[in-house]
Amino acid sequence: MNGVAASLRRIGAMIRKEFIQLMRDRVSFASMVSIPLLQLILFGYAINTTPRHLPTAVLAYDQSSLARSILAAIENTKYFSIIHHPVNEAEAEHLLRSGQVLFVVEIPAGFERAVRRGESPSLLVSADATDPVASTSALAALGRLVETSVRRERFNVDDAPEGSGLEQAPPPFDFRTHPRYNPAAVTQLNIVPGLLGTILTMTMLIFTALSVTREIERGTMETLLAMPIRPVEIMVGKIAPYVMVGAMQAAMILGAAVLLFDVPVVGNLALLTVLTGLFILTNLSIGYTFSTLAQNQLQAVQMTFMYFLPNILLSGFMFPFAGMPTWAQWIAETLPLTHYLRMVRGILLKGATSADLAQNIVGLSVIMLVAMVIAVKRFRQTLD
Amino acid sequence: MSAHREPVEAVPLEPRPGRDVDYAIDVQGLSKSFGPNRVVRDLSMRVKRGQIYGFLGPNGSGKTTTIRMLCGLLTPDEGHGTCLGMDILTQGRAIRRHVGYMTQKFSLYADLSVQENLEFIARIYGVPDAKKAAGEAIASLGLEGRERQLAGDLSGGWKQRLALGACILPKPQLLLLDEPTAGVDPKARREFWAQIHDLAAAGVTVLVSTHYMDEAERCHEIAYIAYGELLAQGTVEEVVAGSALHMWRVTGPDPAGLARELMEVPGIELVAPFGTSVHVGGRDRAALELAIARFAAREELVWRPDSPNLEDVFIDLINRSRDNFR
Repeated sequence: MNGVAASLRRIGAMIRKEFIQLMRDRVSFASMVSIPLLQLILFGYAINTTPRHLPTAVLAYDQSSLARSILAAIENTKYFSIIHHPVNEAEAEHLLRSGQVLFVVEIPAGFERAVRRGESPSLLVSADATDPVASTSALAALGRLVETSVRRERFNVDDAPEGSGLEQAPPPFDFRTHPRYNPAAVTQLNIVPGLLGTILTMTMLIFTALSVTREIERGTMETLLAMPIRPVEIMVGKIAPYVMVGAMQAAMILGAAVLLFDVPVVGNLALLTVLTGLFILTNLSIGYTFSTLAQNQLQAVQMTFMYFLPNILLSGFMFPFAGMPTWAQWIAETLPLTHYLRMVRGILLKGATSADLAQNIVGLSVIMLVAMVIAVKRFRQTLD
Repeated sequence: MSAHREPVEAVPLEPRPGRDVDYAIDVQGLSKSFGPNRVVRDLSMRVKRGQIYGFLGPNGSGKTTTIRMLCGLLTPDEGHGTCLGMDILTQGRAIRRHVGYMTQKFSLYADLSVQENLEFIARIYGVPDAKKAAGEAIASLGLEGRERQLAGDLSGGWKQRLALGACILPKPQLLLLDEPTAGVDPKARREFWAQIHDLAAAGVTVLVSTHYMDEAERCHEIAYIAYGELLAQGTVEEVVAGSALHMWRVTGPDPAGLARELMEVPGIELVAPFGTSVHVGGRDRAALELAIARFAAREELVWRPDSPNLEDVFIDLINRSRDNFR
């Protein structure tokens, strides 16, 4: 009995000590609270696997009232949100390649007249099918649109040729859908290029986040600071090797993507190389900033993880970007992975050019500059 | 590799009127606080070139903070001065080029080999042939055959030796050594001090902090710092003489009990047991002798006049400064 009591006392002492240490490590404590909170908010509110209100462009060669009412019916499905009215095919193509819209609806010239004549014309819908999850349910909704609302509503009743029974009549028009870039809806084609971004984010961040904290923890930082070397020189010297590591990783993943997963390389490989370099540098700068904020290596890893979570959930890697509410999209725009995913998917699958990706190139560069400035400012030249 | 080598010669030491001594360190009124704690207060010191200057004081007295201010790792809140003739407030980087700083904790890269550590330092300082310089340093350290050993795997004494070797590799004019011999065995300590004296003879100025009294006596001059304040400065003889302490040594049974008893007696300011005897001292000679006279009846006690040693002086200084700051 005495032995049990003594054992309980020792366990009690251990528990007490653990709690004190737990409460004292603020970053650990913060991550204990914020990780469940972050997951609840992101999974509960931001993520939607049957996305609605997807950005759509309309290329209208026919401005008839019939065309307008069809567009209204399309928007009424709640899957489409018409946000662009390009004037020509080239502009529509650019919108699709740059990822600004997921669908382009083309209304051919003389559409209304053709309907009246009973020619059953087609509306051409081009869909960005790189992410099958985003486009599939929307395209299915278009099919139902013809059968139900369109047939019941005024088009048929008002405009059907004389004498024909409603039931036997061919549909007054149909949608010809054209899933672009990934017509077979192969998930790998979307995931594998995305992996390039997530793997680079994870490895680059961890390596650099640890690099400065390791020197502080081991006491070598004091020696380093006492030597005639500038903070910027330390930073460049620490980041440069990982640029090479990142480039090697990128080449490896890209090689596997092409050889093992049959990912096409539609666009310019040189452009992808340059932009991957930009992305690697951005991640290294952010990792370096973390390492100047963290007090030890454990905190650096915790910070990296807390940063990685929204990146992977909001960037469009796991779930369709277009399906998220506006506030989540705004947050995602500040994350480098969001921009890089558009670049890598755009170039590999859609053949996007630098003009198509201009917005993302600017976005990524801004993020990199901000991170670099913070990193250099945060890096203490002295031990003050 | 176009290392910007700050020319130290370009910044001549300003000759002071009435003074022809060349000071490696000359600082006035240095103060530094961390939050509410004033770690160093109004500290002034001068160290002549080519001297070995011992920096003594209890733990937490501000020795490390002072050394860090001298090499620009910390910015003083108040005060000014020069290090090797360069302003410590504005020319930190230029100072660092010519100062070797050895931290308290071993702080070379444990996962680099001896050779790699030394080459790294040689390259940072822009030494022309880093490989050769590292090789020479290894030879003079007596580390041949261990070039490829990881620095972290060396024993305590060898680590300390390597750290000093790394410090002097870029040929600094001033060495700042923060408790370099803590935890090092007596033989290694002796060799270490022999090397320090060789360096000083070659013109290098050495500021070395230590807890060991015997090491203090190996220095040309010493300074004693407690509670952030410099309490005494000069040669060992000067510091001892300046204390104006009168000492007696008493031998008898139960020195610990005797020491407790003596502490209560007015006129006795200092009581320190030393083995079988107790060191007893005070600054007022008459009061001290009066106090001792009280014990005349105790025949088991043998009283002998003694001279103060450095440790007595320092303990007396700590006692008195503690009174001032409470």
